[in-house]
Parts: sequence; C-alpha cells; structure tokens
Amino acid sequence: MIAELISQSSQIGASVVAQGSPAQGFVAQTFVGPEVNWFALSPMLALLAGALTMMLVGALTPTWPKGLYAMAAAVTAGTAGALAMVQWDDITDNGPTTLVGGAIAFDTFAMFLTITICIGVLLVSLLTDSFLRGTPNDGPEIYALYLVAAIGGVVMASANDLIVLFLGLETLSLALYVLAASNRRSIASAEAGIKYFVLGGFASAFFLYGIALLYGAAGTTNISEMVATFQSGVDLDNPNALALAGLALLIVGLDFKVAAAPFHVWTPDVYQGAPSPVTAFMASVAKAAAFAAMLRVLVTALPFFRDDWRPVIWVLAILSLVVGSFLAVVQTNVKRMLAYSSVSHAGFLLVGVEAAGHTAGEALPGDGMPSVALYLMLYSVLVIGSFGVVTVVSRASGNVDGDASLDTFKGLAKRRPLLALAFTVFLLAQAGVPFTSGFIAKFGVIQAAVEVESYAIAVIAMVAAVVAAFLYLRIMVSMWLADPDDGAVESDAAGTGISVGLSSGLAIAAAAAFTLFVGVFPGWLLDAAETVNAIAR
Amino acid sequence: MGALTEMTEFTNIGLLAAEDSHGSPIAFPILTMLILLPMVGSVAVAISSKRRPEFTKLIALMTSVGVAGMSIWLMSSFEMGEAGFQFSSQHTWIEQWGISYHVGVDGISLFLVVLTGVLFPLAIVGIDPHHDEKPYLAWLLMLEAGVMGSFLSLDLFLFFIFFEIVLVPMYFLIGGWGYESRVYAATKFFLYTMFGSAFMLVGLIATAMLARDSIGHLTFDLVEIAEGADFAANTGRWLFFAFAVAFAVKVPIFPLHTWLPDAHTQAPTAGSVVLAGVMLKLGTYGFLRFGLYLFPEAAVWSRSLWLTLAVIGIIYGAIAATMQKDLKRLVAYSSVAHLGFIILGTFAFTSQAISGSVLQMVNHGVSTGALFLMVGMIYERRKTRQIAELGGIQKVAPIFAAGFMIVMLSSIGVPGLNGFIGEYLILLGSFQTARWWTVVATSGVILAALYLLWAYQRVFHGEPDEDNAKFPELRAKEAMVLLPFIAAIVFTGVYPKPLLERIEPSVDALVAHVAENSSFDIPEYGTQCGTFTVEHGEEAGAADDAETDAADHGVSDSGCETHDADQDEADHGDGDDGDADDDSHGDEGEESGE
Repeated sequence: MIAELISQSSQIGASVVAQGSPAQGFVAQTFVGPEVNWFALSPMLALLAGALTMMLVGALTPTWPKGLYAMAAAVTAGTAGALAMVQWDDITDNGPTTLVGGAIAFDTFAMFLTITICIGVLLVSLLTDSFLRGTPNDGPEIYALYLVAAIGGVVMASANDLIVLFLGLETLSLALYVLAASNRRSIASAEAGIKYFVLGGFASAFFLYGIALLYGAAGTTNISEMVATFQSGVDLDNPNALALAGLALLIVGLDFKVAAAPFHVWTPDVYQGAPSPVTAFMASVAKAAAFAAMLRVLVTALPFFRDDWRPVIWVLAILSLVVGSFLAVVQTNVKRMLAYSSVSHAGFLLVGVEAAGHTAGEALPGDGMPSVALYLMLYSVLVIGSFGVVTVVSRASGNVDGDASLDTFKGLAKRRPLLALAFTVFLLAQAGVPFTSGFIAKFGVIQAAVEVESYAIAVIAMVAAVVAAFLYLRIMVSMWLADPDDGAVESDAAGTGISVGLSSGLAIAAAAAFTLFVGVFPGWLLDAAETVNAIAR
Repeated sequence: MGALTEMTEFTNIGLLAAEDSHGSPIAFPILTMLILLPMVGSVAVAISSKRRPEFTKLIALMTSVGVAGMSIWLMSSFEMGEAGFQFSSQHTWIEQWGISYHVGVDGISLFLVVLTGVLFPLAIVGIDPHHDEKPYLAWLLMLEAGVMGSFLSLDLFLFFIFFEIVLVPMYFLIGGWGYESRVYAATKFFLYTMFGSAFMLVGLIATAMLARDSIGHLTFDLVEIAEGADFAANTGRWLFFAFAVAFAVKVPIFPLHTWLPDAHTQAPTAGSVVLAGVMLKLGTYGFLRFGLYLFPEAAVWSRSLWLTLAVIGIIYGAIAATMQKDLKRLVAYSSVAHLGFIILGTFAFTSQAISGSVLQMVNHGVSTGALFLMVGMIYERRKTRQIAELGGIQKVAPIFAAGFMIVMLSSIGVPGLNGFIGEYLILLGSFQTARWWTVVATSGVILAALYLLWAYQRVFHGEPDEDNAKFPELRAKEAMVLLPFIAAIVFTGVYPKPLLERIEPSVDALVAHVAENSSFDIPEYGTQCGTFTVEHGEEAGAADDAETDAADHGVSDSGCETHDADQDEADHGDGDDGDADDDSHGDEGEESGE
C-alpha cells in the first residue's frame, strides 16, 4: 500500500525533526508496517474491488448483456455506501480514530462524504446506462473510471495526511480527465478533456507545492502532527511565512477543484463539452470530494491559521456567488447555465466554510462543517437530477454532442410533463424554494454564517440566490410557457423524440423524491450531519 | 355551541408556547385542515382524469367551498374578548433547529383567514380560465394552502416557507394564464418578492440565534421569541429592517411597488383577485404580526419613515391611478393608495388605527377583489380593458353598472359601506399620534373619489358606441358570485361590531405590547374592553414604581399597568396611555367607531 509507505516516511520525517540527527534516526529504525484494520477500510476496498473487477473481467469477457455494466457499478457503489453506514455505527459507538498509522481518518465526516459519493456514483451510473446504451462508447471503462474516481474522492474525504490527500486528489482528477474526454466521437468532449487536464495539472502542482512548503514549516505532512506542531511551536509575533505561502498555494489548488471564482474559468467549457452524465458526476462527486478536502486542510489541519485563511475564503465566496449568479443569467446553453450556477453554489458552500473558520479548532466547532457536509449531500443529489434531465433531453437532439441550448427545452411540459415536473423540482430546489432539499441546504449554511455573526456574507449570498433564481425561472419559462418546435413534436410523434429510458428515469425519479422528502423531513439528515464535527486526528 | 367551545383551546399571548397543549385527542385540528385540505385538493385536481373536466372543476370547487365553510365556522366559534391565539396546535418538526409546526389564530389574522377562505371559491366560480383548466385549478388551490399557512403560522420558519412558497403557484398562474406581457410580469413579481425574502431569511435566523441567549435554547417560535427575547435597541433595529424589506415589497410600500401594476394587470382575473385580495395582506399582516410584535422598539423608532412612505404611497398611488388608460391598471394603482392607509394605521400605534388597519385589510380584499372580478367580466365581454374603448355601458347593462357602482363606492370609502369604517378608524386613530401625516393622507380619500368616479363616468356614462351597445347584462351566475361581495360590503358598512369585537382584543394586546417595550407615548383611548391608561414610572409615586414590573428597563421608560381592577389580567387588554404630562387617570377615552 502506497499510503502506508507514505505515512511511514512521514513518521520518519517527524522522528528526524525530533531527534535532530537524521542518519542515526534512519538507521536505527527497522521497517514496521502499521497495523491495518481492513474492515474499517471496507468502503474503499469495495469500490476498488468493483473497479478492478470491471476492468479485468470486462476486458477479458465478451460484451456483457445490456445494462449489466451500469448495474455492476451501481451495486458496487451501493455496497460501499452500505458498508460506510456500518462503519458509521462503529464510529458513533466507539468514537473517531485514525487508521493505517495515522494516514486515514476514521470519523463520521469521512463516512458522511463517502455515503454522499456513493449515492452520486449510483445515480450517475444509472444515468450513464441510458445515455450510452446503443452507442459505440458503451463498455466497462467509463463505469470503472467512475469507481476509481470515487475511490479518489473517498480518500480525499478521509485523508489525515496531506500526501494521502494529494494521492486521492490525483486519483480523482486523472479519472475525471479521461471521463471528460470519454465521448470519442465528439470534438467538444476531447476539448473539455484537454482543457481540464492542462488546467487541472496546474492546480495539482500548486497544491503539491503548497504541501511542500507546509512540510517545510511544520516538519510533517500528517495532519494530527501538524496541528500539534503549530499549536506548540509557532511564534505569534512573527508570522510563519513558509506556512502562509503554503496555505495560499493550497487554497489556490483547492479552489480550482471546487470551481470557485476566480478559479472557475474551466467550469463552463468542461461542463458543456463533457458528456452530460460525466458533467453530473463532476458537479456532484468531484465537488463533494474537493470540498471535503478543503475542510480537511483548512478547518482540521490549519485551524491555527484560521484568521489568515478566513478572509480569503470570504472574498472567494462572494466572488463565486456574484460571478456565478450573474454570468449564469446571460448564458443560452443549459449546461453552461448549470455550470455557472454550480459556481454560485460553490460560493454558498464557501459561506459555510467561512462560518466553520470562525470556530475552527475549538471545543465547540459550531455548525459550519455540518452545514457544508449536508449541503454537499443534498446538492449532489439535485444536481445529478438536473443534469439527468439535461442528459435525456439533449440526447434526443440527435447530434453527437447533444444539444443543450435553451431552445431544446421549449415546451418540454407539453412533450414530457413528468420530466418537466421533475426538472422544475430540481430547479426550484437549486433556487432554494421551501419544501425542497435545496432550501434546507441553504438554510443550514446561512444559519451557520449567522450564528458566527457573518451577516454581510449571509445577506450577499441570499441576494445572489435571487439573481440565480432568474436563471432557473428562464429555464422554467422555456419549459412551461413556450410552445415546442414543430420538429420536436413531429419527432415525438414518430417515436424518435425524447426517450427517458428505464434506468435514467429511475435515477431522476429517485433524485426528485429525495429532494422533496428531505425538504419536508430533514430531521434525520440533520442528526447525522451534526455528528461530523467530531473529527479524528 | 357549547361542545364546540369545549373543543377550542386558548393560548394566552403571555404564556410561553411550551405550555401550549398539543391538543386534546378529541380536538379537531381545524387550522391544520385549513392548510391541508386545499393542498390535498390541489393534488387531487392534478391527478384527476383529463377527459372529465367537469369532474376536475367539481373537486376544486368542493375543496374550496369546504375551506370556506371551515373558515366561517372558525369565525363563529372564535372566542370573543380573548386576545391570545386560539385553536393553536404545536408539534415539533425539525428538532435540531428548534422549529415547530405551530399554528394559531387571533383577532388580527381571523378575518384574513376567512377572507382567504371565501375569496377562493368565488374566484374559481367567477371566471373560467381560457385554457388548461386542470393545472390552473391545481395551482390556485396550492396558492390557497400557502396563503392560509402564512396567516396561521406562529413559527418564524414555518411562516417563511409559506410566505415563500406562494410565489411558485402565483408565478405559474401569472405566467401561464395571464395577458400580453405575462412572462415579464411573472418574473418581475417572483424576483422582487424573493429579493425581499432574502433579507428576511437572514433576519429571522439572526433573530432566533440572538434570542437564544436570553431564552436559553434555539427556537423559531414567534410567541416565545416575542415574549422572551431581549434585543439591544440597535440589534432590534437591524433585524426589524431585515423583516421590513420583505414586507414592504409585498405590501407594496412606495418605492418598492413597481412590480404590482405589472403583476396585477397581467395576471388572469382570479390571479388578480387573489393577489389584491389576500396576497398583498401578507405584507401588512407581516408588519403587525412580526414587525410590531417582535421589534416594538425598532418599529417605534422608525415610524416616521413608514408613515412618510405610507402617505407618499397614498398620494402617489392616487395620482398614478388617475392617469391610467387601462382600467385594470387603474384598480392596481388604487391598491397602492389603499395599502398606504393600512400602513399609516399600523404605524400610528393606537388601538383604533390598528383595528382600522386590520379591518381595512379585509375591506380592501373584498372591494378590490370585486373590482378586479368585474373588470375581468368587462374584459371577457369586450376583450379590452382600455377605458377609452368603453363607454355608455350603464345604458345597456344597468344591473352590472349598479353592482360596479356599489363596489366602487366601497373602495372610495363612502359612509354606509365598509371602506368608510376602515378608513375612518385609521384616520381617527392616526390623527392622535401622527397628526400631519394624517392630514395629508385624508386628501387621499378625495383623490380616490376623483379617479374612481372619473373612471366610472368614462366607462359607464354617455351613449354606447356600436361595440358597447352589445354589452351583455350581468348573468345569473355572475350575480351569484357578486352577491357575497356586496353583502359583505354593506353589512360591514352598517354593522361592523361583530368584526371589531373580534379584532380589538388582539389589537389592544399588541398596542400594549408595543407601549410596554418602547418609549412611545400612546394616547389614551377607549375600546370595548374599557378605557385604559398607562402610568409612567418616573412620574408615578414610589409605590407605583415598585409595582411596575420588570418590563421597565433600559430604553423603555414607560411601565404599563392596568387602570382597571382586573390587574391580574394585564395581559389581555392592557393598556396604555395618558399623555405624558397629564397624570390623571382620566376615563375620557373616545368610544371607538361603531
């Protein structure tokens, strides 16, 4: 296991600092592998097993019956999610701890995000099934990549060591680069892949350099040790330039991954070019993982510098809210609209991170982290639902890339009323209308911000939400109040129009049901989210 | 009746909500039913068969008539002389955030609930939509549930979600069944209101968070916060303004009113009726229920602003209405003027003025609802709303003209009809505490006569031209719909006592609450509960000082205590007053208008 080696080496690094005589310290140690509680790692291992099975068996066997690839991926994700729930019980009974020699955190935060990611993979696999069915791109690869990316995400969410976090980030990112370019017949998809790859590479470099500088400042990459080092050995009067520079670079890398302004420029292009189910995956799983990493790095590892990074997050949050909302309104392509709206949602999430920043590292950590975790889960589901509808509708246009311009949605209510209704639920939820999960998510974040008296950011976020609501209304107007094109009606009549497909229909219906149910009965999820403050380190 | 009374439960305004009983097992949860029934009806309409349109309409009609019946039953079994919330029920909903499902009705909300209940079936029967009846009816019933919920909620969170959810059905009603520029009007309406709500959401969370310090736990319960929280003056003002923006947009108060003419004019007739009839009242009701009740000090502090804006609204609305060429737009602008009166009364802080405001909310709902309905009938017949294209209708349709005349006179505020009672009470009450504003506002009554009579003259008088000569007379069905409106107009105008005696105790309690928690000198006044005065702690003797309770602190220099013997019941009817210089416990309060 690489993780073990890394953590081992970082332990050595720590001991080097402690003993002050490197050569002696190194020689004196014999390699002792850390104890591994394999069962605690079971969600990760389940995903890994699923990915490997699909890659190996899928490559060696003839084409599986229709839908079986997606089914396998969905079952894997479901199993991993169920295992995470089992671990959840264990954690709530026995308290959080660390695994693999302190490299992996075993806490409810990690499990909450693991479950979120698994739900995301499950729904996206179902969407992809209908999307790829009958095209030459159908095969095990894309599902295997989903699972690999999910492993990366889970590692990011549970990392207790910056190097492990980086490994998770790279696993996720590399899978995403390929996924973005996975529609081999589409130039736009290839363009999206290249763009994402080049810019993502830059971001990773920033991130890695940030880790290096932090290592220089703290002498360790392990989060627990880092916290201890900073708490005991930092001179308050002389700011630690190395640590601050590392912090800045880490923020740049993370903000690129969460698509927060001003590091969002790749988002619309990549979201538009990538195949729609992959876009759904990026907007849900990748975002959740990136925010989980951000919380790990900022709130868990660097609470000591919270007064330094919080103003930065404040500015980034407001930029994201404003840029995302206003630019979303002027788009004409629904995928680009949703891309910008996801930037605006990143702003909302950053409001929660900012709130967490006020009390980071204290005994009573406040509502910041739970609100962000909850937002991630609820947003993931409804954004997958949104892109699910876009997938279904744009695919019907017949061209390779799928046409997701606003005109495609004209009169959708008259063509496919249930689909239009589901999309309306998702859009209203994104706008934060009550009785939907989106409202609960927004309420949680705003409440967390108000609790720590960040009134300005809360008001700006809500006003930005009004601007963003205009965008959702535009799509709804197009669906409900405009008449469909003649061509669309004819193709519907001829049976070549929009076909929802069983599996994507199932995914969309499940997402809509979840969105409405949580909007009315959020209590059980709030209970779960409240526990994520107990971080292992 | 005895059995009915037994079933009701009372919550004294002074008690903490935690002491509310959760309803004895036999209690019929009527308030919950008022919200739930239209919701269920809406779903039933939505899933009903497309091939049986008459069946769909029947479901909608039966549901809304059922709600109307329940609301009237509610009115009749409403305990008079009680200031607190009645029929209340409370259940924990989202425990982690201290949010409960808490509903209740008092004198301030009672008639708005009844108005909502009665207006919807009339709007459904009154005018049929031009197309797609099924979703239209479903949205309308959904809207009813939302409006009911807003009026009945006693939990900030619950109120907010109902307040916010009504936008969705209204948006679709305007956008789907409105006139020429309906999409523009619907979007403008949605965004304007949501903009206001953005501030309110932050404000209400902050209210609950800050109240936690003095209450001890996180709660969004209105009564608990209003009675238990103790905001610093400056904080209270910020919070008040966060709420006030949302309500000011909804009312709408002068500079924020621009969505209203568009939304009213472009909405389908039923939409306009509901919009003007009940939805605007969410704003004025919000000011009373949440603004004054939660932040009395801030409301008093900022009253000059609101009074000024109210008066500007009265004059501006009237002048703008005079200039309109479109009959529906004229009625829309008249709403701006009328709502100005209600705001004026609200911020006068006297019992008469606020009672008048509450009454005027109902009156405006009745008369403007009826006006919109009749303008809709004119449009259905003539396919135009332009005043210039109409004329001489009185000759061909005298009964129609007579109906329009009565409704219009009610809107002007002619004595003997309901509009007069409300406006008179408002002006009477406001004159005592906001003299010059009232003087200017009174001219608004004259302007109302100007624009409405002038419009009537142009539309109904003269010789009908060729198109207008074929104007059909009022049909029996339409007459049936108009009859309840006219009955309400005349009844309230002649005998407002049944309304006022239900409204006043709650209003008195609210006024007392404001006086108790602010430094405002409310002049003595009489109500049906008797005349009350306030003793000022500093001026009263030392013995009195000892008696004045803990409410007397910091910013507030006026302790309240009842003048009457029933000192123990200081909660409900307690009062105020006395001008500051005159310490005599004079009983010479005027009887409120009856």
